[in-house]
Amino acid sequence: MNALDRKLLRDLWRLRGQVMAVAFIVASGVAVLVMSLTSHEALQDTADAYYERYRFAEVFGTAKRAPEPLVRRIAALPGVQSAESRISEFAIVDVEGFAEPVMANVVSIPEHGQPELNRLALRSGRWISATRSDEVIVNEPFLEDHGLALGDELSVIMRGHKRSLTIVGSALSPEFVYAIGPGALMPDDLRYGIFWVGRKTLEAAYDLDGAFNTVALSLLRGTPPEGVIARLDELLERNGGTGAYARADQISNWFLTNELDQLERMSGILPTVFLVVAAFLTNAVLARLIAIERGEIGVLKAFGYSNLAIGWHYAKMAMAMAGLGVLIGWGLGYWLGYYNTSVYADLYRFPFLLFRPSAEPFLVAGVVSLGASLLGALGAVRGAVALPPAEAMRPPAPPSFHKSAGVLAGLTSQLDQPTRMIVRQIGRWPLRSALTVTGVGMSIAVSIMAIQWIDSIDRLVEVYYHQAQRQDAVVALADPEDEAAVRAFTTLPGVLAAEPARVLPVTFRAGQLRHRGSLEGVEPDARLSLVYDAGGRIVQVPPEGLVLSTMLARKLGVAPGDSVLVEVREGRRPVRTLPVAEVFETYIGMAAYIDRAALNRLMLEPRRVDLVSLLIDSAEERALYAELKEIPKVSAVMLRRAAVDTFYETLGETLMIFVSLFIVFACTLSVGVVYNAARIALSERGRELATLRVLGFSRWEIAYFLLGEAALLVLVALPAGCLFGAGLAWIVVAAFESELFRIPYVIEPSTYGIAVLICLVSALVSGLLVRRRLDRLDLIAVLKTRE
Amino acid sequence: MGASAQETEAPTGPAVTLSTRGVTKVYRSGEVEVHALRGVDVELYESELVVLLGHSGSGKSTLLNILGGLDRPSEGQVFLYDEELTALGESALTRYRRDHVGFVFQFYNLIPSLTARENVALVTEIAPAPLDPAEALALVELEDRLDHFPAQLSGGEQQRVAIARAIAKQPNVLLCDEPTGALDSATGILVLEAIQRVNRELGTTTALITHNVAIADMADRVVTFSDGQISEVRRNAETRAPAELHW
Repeated sequence: MNALDRKLLRDLWRLRGQVMAVAFIVASGVAVLVMSLTSHEALQDTADAYYERYRFAEVFGTAKRAPEPLVRRIAALPGVQSAESRISEFAIVDVEGFAEPVMANVVSIPEHGQPELNRLALRSGRWISATRSDEVIVNEPFLEDHGLALGDELSVIMRGHKRSLTIVGSALSPEFVYAIGPGALMPDDLRYGIFWVGRKTLEAAYDLDGAFNTVALSLLRGTPPEGVIARLDELLERNGGTGAYARADQISNWFLTNELDQLERMSGILPTVFLVVAAFLTNAVLARLIAIERGEIGVLKAFGYSNLAIGWHYAKMAMAMAGLGVLIGWGLGYWLGYYNTSVYADLYRFPFLLFRPSAEPFLVAGVVSLGASLLGALGAVRGAVALPPAEAMRPPAPPSFHKSAGVLAGLTSQLDQPTRMIVRQIGRWPLRSALTVTGVGMSIAVSIMAIQWIDSIDRLVEVYYHQAQRQDAVVALADPEDEAAVRAFTTLPGVLAAEPARVLPVTFRAGQLRHRGSLEGVEPDARLSLVYDAGGRIVQVPPEGLVLSTMLARKLGVAPGDSVLVEVREGRRPVRTLPVAEVFETYIGMAAYIDRAALNRLMLEPRRVDLVSLLIDSAEERALYAELKEIPKVSAVMLRRAAVDTFYETLGETLMIFVSLFIVFACTLSVGVVYNAARIALSERGRELATLRVLGFSRWEIAYFLLGEAALLVLVALPAGCLFGAGLAWIVVAAFESELFRIPYVIEPSTYGIAVLICLVSALVSGLLVRRRLDRLDLIAVLKTRE
Repeated sequence: MGASAQETEAPTGPAVTLSTRGVTKVYRSGEVEVHALRGVDVELYESELVVLLGHSGSGKSTLLNILGGLDRPSEGQVFLYDEELTALGESALTRYRRDHVGFVFQFYNLIPSLTARENVALVTEIAPAPLDPAEALALVELEDRLDHFPAQLSGGEQQRVAIARAIAKQPNVLLCDEPTGALDSATGILVLEAIQRVNRELGTTTALITHNVAIADMADRVVTFSDGQISEVRRNAETRAPAELHW
């Protein structure tokens, strides 16, 4: 090892506190980056492998009732590789010991073995028997959450007929990676299950002998799905088709894709914050080191070391600091990536998890971090290279200070000398002070951004589940019923009020823009299920025209007064142009509403209902649930309280872990910045401080000289950090916006308070760390030596 | 020589401001022991100007540090009047420096971010009975440089600010460590004149370290160090003004 490298190692050891501060900040950035990239990669790889191995279909068609021979025609469509018909229906399940009604998506499977497409990953037990009609395979999470065992019996109400089914196996399916019930946001494995039952059993139960109601297609390689979908729609139209869709629109896959997109976007935002701060810290540490080593640099140059050799020496120093951070970040990021992926694996159910990170995320994180640090070091290294040897060997001229002018002069004249020193130090190096303020501010921003999630989720639940939904339960009917059905519900035990609605699958078109969604016909004077603007306004649905969520209006490029073409994908499939009467802001989904009377007119049907909102007396809810399970026309029951609970349960724990993680990162940031600022100040002003000690100032007094500057900068950083936090949170919220939901941009005052407190505590800790060094100042050396 | 010689020569007239008894200082650096001071007894009398003379490594600076409360002897005692400084704790020593000692350093050690007046005020703000900063600066003839920052002052001017800063608190003792070491002789003489004026006008007991023999002529008494001991104590029959010194 040559002498310069030995010097490098010793310098690194001597400056270990500052080196670690830089390294930890780099590590935080690298860890977040590696975590995002590896979990993205793992989820993507797992999904791809799962979809391929279990032959996840590429196009899905639905119908009311299509004759089986039609499948051959579908399979013969150009671009179609294979087509497989199925029956898929909703049923109510009575699970023993579970009072609330449970919903199930009952899907047919061939009795003789695996289907061609959407194969099951059998997790336990066996396939259903071809000779028995009372066997069921349930999805694994449902089995687990209910503590069911193979051989247990389930009571399933299909089209009003109660059947007892025996569990013979549990399975997972690529179709239900994210097993989400109608109208739900989070999988609720207690109240929503996937049941795979023999085709013949379902044909009998749903009166679909020799017929099917869904079809799954795989395509020839390279075939775009659009053409196939159009032809499939034509074939299914007469059979009550509600519109075919591609894998991209398949609900489970769509959620997964959204999640992957979010991960990708996150990997761009947060690491940037850390790496920028790390770059500036590297610069500060190196600039100071080079200032101290001026003399040595001069000597080295005098001995004939080239500028390149000296520049390279200090560049290596920067890379060593960042490199250490990269190593720590790799380890931490790998672990976090694994953890994050397993958190996802609880929500998104795969039969296997491929966490085999490639070198790429690590390389990307390493190169980006080293690059950022080198960029930060550039200015300092250039300073070292540019020093002429003779000048380098002379001590630097004392820094010149100036008196403040104008208002500031009036202010500083009121100060005592120590405070005046602090103010002038800051004024003397405004850029460095600004960078410290920015660094500390960024730490506050990261905390705010993290804690803000809790505020946002609370607001989302408050608006979506409490303000907009005043009902306790929504009952879905298997088929549209006459309004009289609503009155029947009011006679059920515990029902205080019932309100009808009608939902249609529709396609909205405005010019070239389209959206596949649904249109809900609501009562203009609804009191339970409200059209609620997130700004806190109940929207009155006018007798004519559409009320669209802003997200949908934006997607269609329309505003109130414009027209939208509405193609109903049910019944007589009417197509009408309707005016947009109003738009409203909602956090979830892309809702569209219309007066129910107008909707019934559109459908040329008498006043029909297929959703009933109920207000329930909680004292009688058990009796009501028992009754609901027995009503044949009820296909699904959604409970608001359960939805809120699931939402918090699913998000709560994970959210707290990530909030804590980011708070730890924020602390790293503020400790690193404050510690480095104070250490650099100590190194620059050690002589000054020792002089003051000699002059009779106590340790606490000189601590004020040194840390007062850092404290003042932290104070300035507090409001700045709150502003940065508001901005960062806004960027993250915007990046997370999807068709499914918008995170409300809400930052409670307490969030600012907590973030500021976290910053103050970590700044205090780093101040105390440096304060200990003041006790070791060499008072005698200062009298003799000149820096 | 050393201790006994000093005792016999000590006049009984003026009061003793600072005194040491048997002060020894041993520095340990790894396995090597360096005896910086070997049993030094010395007394500084009120209002006198003593020059501590000696080559580098002779122990004069170590003694000054101990007198100033910056360092502790390995053995022996130090007294300010009747109070034993060697018995004081860390914060009491800080108090001692704050209230009783004025320091002048070889490299001035001014605070670059404060003007001349503010550098002096830094000390007067924490002293019990200080001079006005402007008055202290006038004593060193810098009344027209009050609002200049150190970077705007010459070396001699900076050192005179340092002297003003040291005496503004009206210390009992002024300790100067090679105050002219970093200056050319003409500037050095201006600085010495300032020290002498302060000594005469305020009556501050002053100890001045130098290895420059010529400077000894301005002292009331000259204490010569060699090898950690006092090798000679001499009283100048007549003191010379700094302007008459040459080096």
